[in-house]
Amino acid sequence: MQYLLLIISDPAAPTYVPEEDNIEEWVADLEARGAAVVGNRLRPPSDATTVTVRDGKTILTDGPFTESKEWIAGFDVIEVDNLDDALEIAAAHPMARFGRVEVRPAWPFD
Amino acid sequence: MPNPTPATTKASAALAEVVAAERLRIVATLIRTTGDWDLAEDCFHDALTRALATWPVKGIPDNPAAWLTTAAKNRAIDLLRKAQAEQRATERAAHEPPPEQGKEDEEDDVIATFDDDRLRLIFTCCHPALAMENRIALTLRTVLGLSVAETAHVFLVSEQTMQKRLVRTRAKIRDAGIPYRVPPPHLLPERLAGVLAVLYLLFTEGYSSGGDSPDLIRPALADEAIRLTRLVAQLMPHQPEVLALLALELFQHSRAATRLDAAGDLVLLEDQVRSRWNALAIAEASRTLAAAERTLQQQASPPGPYLLQAQIAAEHATAPSAAATDFARIVALYEHLSRVAPSPIVDLNRAIAVSCSEGPDAGLALLDTLQLDAHLGEYHLLHATRADFLRRLGRPTDALPHYCRALELAPSDPERRFLQRRVDGVSRNGWPR
Repeated sequence: MQYLLLIISDPAAPTYVPEEDNIEEWVADLEARGAAVVGNRLRPPSDATTVTVRDGKTILTDGPFTESKEWIAGFDVIEVDNLDDALEIAAAHPMARFGRVEVRPAWPFD
Repeated sequence: MPNPTPATTKASAALAEVVAAERLRIVATLIRTTGDWDLAEDCFHDALTRALATWPVKGIPDNPAAWLTTAAKNRAIDLLRKAQAEQRATERAAHEPPPEQGKEDEEDDVIATFDDDRLRLIFTCCHPALAMENRIALTLRTVLGLSVAETAHVFLVSEQTMQKRLVRTRAKIRDAGIPYRVPPPHLLPERLAGVLAVLYLLFTEGYSSGGDSPDLIRPALADEAIRLTRLVAQLMPHQPEVLALLALELFQHSRAATRLDAAGDLVLLEDQVRSRWNALAIAEASRTLAAAERTLQQQASPPGPYLLQAQIAAEHATAPSAAATDFARIVALYEHLSRVAPSPIVDLNRAIAVSCSEGPDAGLALLDTLQLDAHLGEYHLLHATRADFLRRLGRPTDALPHYCRALELAPSDPERRFLQRRVDGVSRNGWPR
């Protein structure tokens, strides 16, 4: 199954410590498991543009779709057997400690 | 409807018996083979209907449980093929041997996988990705076989709300890819703790609702929780915490008949008639606790929270009288418990044990040190405990406001009546007429 890991920054979480960020180790483990599909860090919400089409008109909004203190800082799409594997991978992500990670199953192709 | 013939009556009785004993095994196996919780349940009920139609005519099969499993599986295959839905599940179900050929083999096969299936079902229902109340609801419905209406009653919600909640929960299991399995060893300790938490919550939910309550479903939950804990203990005999939880539940349940008097009023532990405690339950609890302690020793592992709680319960349950209780050991066990599984409730109970062992002034001093109000400010027993320490210290005027606060917060009628009597008592002492 495919899962999207939304890497979320949380201002209430413990302060980010660059030396404890083992993201390279995490990516290496993901690749060793054969679970890596695609993933990246994202630029801050201030660089976001939200696109809405209504009555044929395209409306562009400067900023993210929702204003919030927590924002999406990155994403990873992984391919694993089941939710337990996805949760284990999410829990090992450094941002699970410095923020939080939402695990969402992808809607499968029929 | 025609009058029931003897054959019909006999078939119904046989069916009721097999459902009581085997429902969980059969449903658990159906969920594994079909991969569809709703379908499994529908097909199980369809099999029951077929049994009622067939058994009076053809006779009761030698192995009624295997008959029901096969009938339900066949129904599932039919439905899956007809709807052309979930092709993968069809393939999985179709790999099961057809019911008529190799019947004996199939029965062996079914029996060999049963135990695992029941555990798979329990672990899946208690998966930590499900909200606690959804885990409990699904366990009540699917593992214990309560009806939707009964499950709704436990949560005090409408049947419709409960039905929706169950559908959503089963959908999450399917769509989020929660595996139908007993977790692998590296996940087992944490997941087992989750299962035990559900079982203990079910037990306390039933236990705290009171044995004399006119409500018939909630008190029965305590029995159901014990039954299920016993099953998990049989299936996982080398897990000390499972045995310990069973012992803890049995020790507590042994007092069910004495907690309220004939008028429905609360009877404190020290005032209960110990000869009316259930000696059989205490004996089973003691044996089970001893087995848990032996297993722990063999594995050379430290005691878990249920073992320590069961040891505390054992001290209370086996003491010849309240006065002869070994409170010093109980204090030591609570201190250990507060290190293994710290919680404000454990601290509160530790303070109570200290007051019994060293006197109410020591209990009060510990209560002041612990500063539990931040966590338990809305918990009636925190205020009742402080009030009780002050009353025992001969300070009724100081006790009164705390009894009043406890009375405001108390959740049940017997507890309110008890606290009202305390309020009246300290009021008289504080302001003599």
